[in-house]
This record gives sequence, structure tokens and C-alpha cells, in this order.
Amino acid sequence: MSDLEQMYREVILDHYKNPRGHGALEHAHAQAEGQNPLCGDEVTIYVRFAEDGETIEDVGFEGRGCAISQAATSMLTELVKGRKAADVAALPKEELLGEIGIPLTPIRLKCAILGLGVLKVALHRSKGTPLPAEWQGLADELQLD
Amino acid sequence: MPRYSVGMAVLPATRLDAERLRADFPVFDELTNGRPVAYLDSAASTQKPRQVLDSMREFYEHSYANVHRGVYTLAERATAGYEGAREKVRAYINAPSNREVIFTRSATEALNLIAYSWGLENLGPGDVVVITELEHHSNFVPWQFIAKKTGAQFAHIPIDDLGELQLDSLDEIAARGNVKVVANNLVSNTLGTINPVEKLAAWAHEQGAIMVVDAAQAAPHRHIDVQALGCDFLAFSSHKVCGPTGVGALWGRRELLDAMQPFNLGGEMIRSVSLDRTSWNELPYKFEAGTPAIAEAYGFGAALDYVSAVGLDAIEAHEHELVVQTMDRLGEIPGLRIFGPPAERRTGIVSFELEGVHPHDVAQILNWEGVAVRAGHHCTQPLMTRLGVAATTRASFYLYSLPEDVDRLVAGLLKVKETFS
Repeated sequence: MSDLEQMYREVILDHYKNPRGHGALEHAHAQAEGQNPLCGDEVTIYVRFAEDGETIEDVGFEGRGCAISQAATSMLTELVKGRKAADVAALPKEELLGEIGIPLTPIRLKCAILGLGVLKVALHRSKGTPLPAEWQGLADELQLD
Repeated sequence: MPRYSVGMAVLPATRLDAERLRADFPVFDELTNGRPVAYLDSAASTQKPRQVLDSMREFYEHSYANVHRGVYTLAERATAGYEGAREKVRAYINAPSNREVIFTRSATEALNLIAYSWGLENLGPGDVVVITELEHHSNFVPWQFIAKKTGAQFAHIPIDDLGELQLDSLDEIAARGNVKVVANNLVSNTLGTINPVEKLAAWAHEQGAIMVVDAAQAAPHRHIDVQALGCDFLAFSSHKVCGPTGVGALWGRRELLDAMQPFNLGGEMIRSVSLDRTSWNELPYKFEAGTPAIAEAYGFGAALDYVSAVGLDAIEAHEHELVVQTMDRLGEIPGLRIFGPPAERRTGIVSFELEGVHPHDVAQILNWEGVAVRAGHHCTQPLMTRLGVAATTRASFYLYSLPEDVDRLVAGLLKVKETFS
């Protein structure tokens, strides 16, 4: 087994089996959900802001699906907690993919960024800002709402 | 888990030697970590033997021009090659006449041709279009679409928990209106179920309906005789029977094809064109507008020759042995659930789920072991809904599949379990 595959086992599976930020948040300020129709992955994300209304104080998710989709969403919660909503709304997907750290085929890439797409929809909606154009097509494809 | 016995009522008279046949397939010369791919995705598409690849190259090098109408030698040769392939398709499915054999882009296009050209003219309110819960989207969506467009009802024959059609639903379906068309796959692409198409065809004709058969998953693996099936249309594709992509075949009963409007309009399909009217060419050219996939059709014919030489009885028996082996071995893996009927009532297809592991993760880890399987809904979303899953993992066989491929699948699945435990 190659080193990369070893990482799949360790990083992805650790997050898949022990998801961080798992569960719905009560009194969430922002919320969205999405599905990847190709493999039936589902993710719902909840966000609570700090008193400044900008800092992401807590983020939680519920979902089911393949290991990549669920582990990537789990990693995402760690990545964005404590950051400003505006920064996360503009977060390039490469930052999350860097965390995942293994090459993904185009099909599995959609699994990996499902959670990020859902989070962006939640943040943009709560701030009344439009979803960036590059995410719009994906939002349709991944049935983000 | 259920275990399935090896017993076959009749021992096959002929056997095939898969190890020897694999020498015909260049893909198996390619080694990764010292091993060829364990290719268990033949239901999606088959690998190609040298005989087919060589036939197409020779055709391009020595006999290629556009078909029909050309007066020079090359065009004559190309036309003879193309029409020769049509005769091979006719013989392969025992159709009464070459004129009833239409080359299409794919089985999908063939089914769309029927739905549009026959369906739009013959369906309306009060009529019932009958499909089954087992259909591939290509024999489901066109009928759903045309039914909506014409105001016809869209009814489905449900399956039981083993993935077999519940024919006791037919009376209730007949009571809904005028059943005009029954569309069914001879073999389910997801479960491998062999469907009772002869019975359905007889029932369809009692209702005054036509019987449309999607034979994409059957034609590569079993003898097809359109006259014995008693159907009115039958579609299959080249690429699932060792031939090239981009070409498929539709057979239809002549009186139906004669009465139908063309599907595509343009060159080749006309008899005469003037500023105010156009008349259609004779069969089968009425349905072959534009330059066809000439070399692909030729390669399709070569593929049918290849498969026929191996022998469909031998292929069926070989795949049955692999399916029995697979179902026995997979049945021993805790948490693994096999979908579909017992081995005796299916072709070389085994769909399953592994508890707690998404099929895409199963397929990804199997890929690292050099095992190629398909994971997803297999273009059968209504069936996935019926089975209560989002996706399954599917292993499927062909004449070049080996017992060792099954061993590698099982070893890979044990790794998947270990990884996710």
C-alpha cells in the first residue's frame, strides 16, 4: 500500500469514524443542506456566530454518505471554527483539499467539496450576499439549499 | 446469509478456456504491480479482442469510403462491409429479414427511436405504457417522457424482494386503460435478473400492445431469438458484446417499422426531396439518416463473429460458474448483502452492499487492489429506491473473467472491511 493510500486510511478514516463537530447545533444562525445525487451523499451544516456576528463560534453537521464526503465535512468544521464568516465564505476549495491531502478523481472531488459548498450557501444566505459564480453551477449540481 | 448451490440441471456441452481467450485481449497484457486488472465491470462495457480491433483497422486501411450511392470500388467494398455487418446482426438475433435491422448509435438511441417514432404517433389519453421497476433509465425515461407528452398513463410492474417481476400485478395494470406498450429488459443490468419476456410479450399481445425488449445485458451472454421471444422490437449495443462503442442495433417487425415516421431526418433516409415534399427511403435506411458509424458497424459484426465462435452456451455456463463462486464466497463475508435472485435465475452480475461502507469507498479501495467494479445507482434509480439503498457495488463477468478475479474481489472486500472496522 502506498503512502498516499496509507493517508486515506489514517486521516480520512479517522474523521469518518470520529467526525468532529458532528450533530445539529441549537440556536444556529445559519444553516443549509446539500446532496450529491451521484452517490447519495447528504450533508446539513449549522453555524453559530459569536457576539460580533462575524466570527464563527461553532459549526456542526449531520450527514451520511461516502467516507470522503463525511470526513471532508468533519475536517471543514475544524478548519473554519474561529474564523470570520466573510473569510470562510470566500475560502478557496484548495485549502480544504490540501487538508484532505490525497489526489481525488473528478467524481470524488464532488464528494470532498459537498460540505464546503453547503457551508458557503449557509454563510452567504445569512449575510444576504450572493453565492460566488464559481460555486453557482456546483450548487445546482449538488442540490445545495 | 443464503448460500447458493452449484447445481445446474444440464451440464454444458462445451466449455470455454478463459485463460486462453485472454490472450486475444491486449488490455490484459498491461500489468500493475505484476498483475493484470481484475476487470469486473463488463456489464458497463466489455474489453475488446484483437480480432475486433484488427478488423476495424483493416477496414479503414483497405475498404473505407462512405457507404451507399458510391460507384467506385472502395465505396462498393465499404457498403459490402457495412451491409455484411447488418446480416451478422440479423443472424445473431434470428431476425426474419435484414430490412428489419437498423443500425443506431447505441441501445439507448434504439429505445428512444421506438419511444419517439412509434410512441408519439400511437399513444394518447386512456392508453397505458408499462415498464418495470428493473428498467435501466434508457428504457424508462424515454417512455416516461413520451407518456407525459401524449397524456398516456405510465405504469410499472413491481418486483419482489428477490428482484423478480411480480406478474400478478398485470391484471390490475390492464384494468387501468388500454395497454399499448410493454417495455422490459431481458436481463437487469443491476441485478442480473433474467426476465420472463416471452410471458410478457404474450400478455402484451393479448392486450393489443407491442412488446419492446432492451437486450443490452442479454445479447452478449445468451442466445437471442426475436421470433422465439415473440417481441416486436429489440435493442442491443455493440460495446457490451466485445465490439466498439458508438453503434447499436434495433430490430423491429416490418409492418410496425413501415408504419412509423422517421426518427432522424436528413441524408440517406429519403427517397426523393422537392421544395414542397419529401418521401422516405425504404427500410432500414428510413431510420439511418446521415453517415453511419461505418467502421464501428463493421467491428460490431466482427465482435458478433468472435462471440459466436466462442459460443453463447459456453459463455453462459462460464459466467454461471463465476456467479455461483461469487455468491458463495461473498455470502461468507459478514455484513455483506447480495441483491437479486439466486444464481440459477441471473446472468453474470452480482450487486451487493457492505454494511457501513459506501459503495464508492468499496470501489476506491478495490481499485488499489487492481479490482475494477462499478459503484453507484447503475442508471436504475427507481430500483435503488425499491431496494432502499442509494447505490450498490456491482461485479459483472464476461468470457475473459477468471475464478482468480473473484478471489481478488473477495480478498479486496476483506481489506475494505479491515479498513473500515
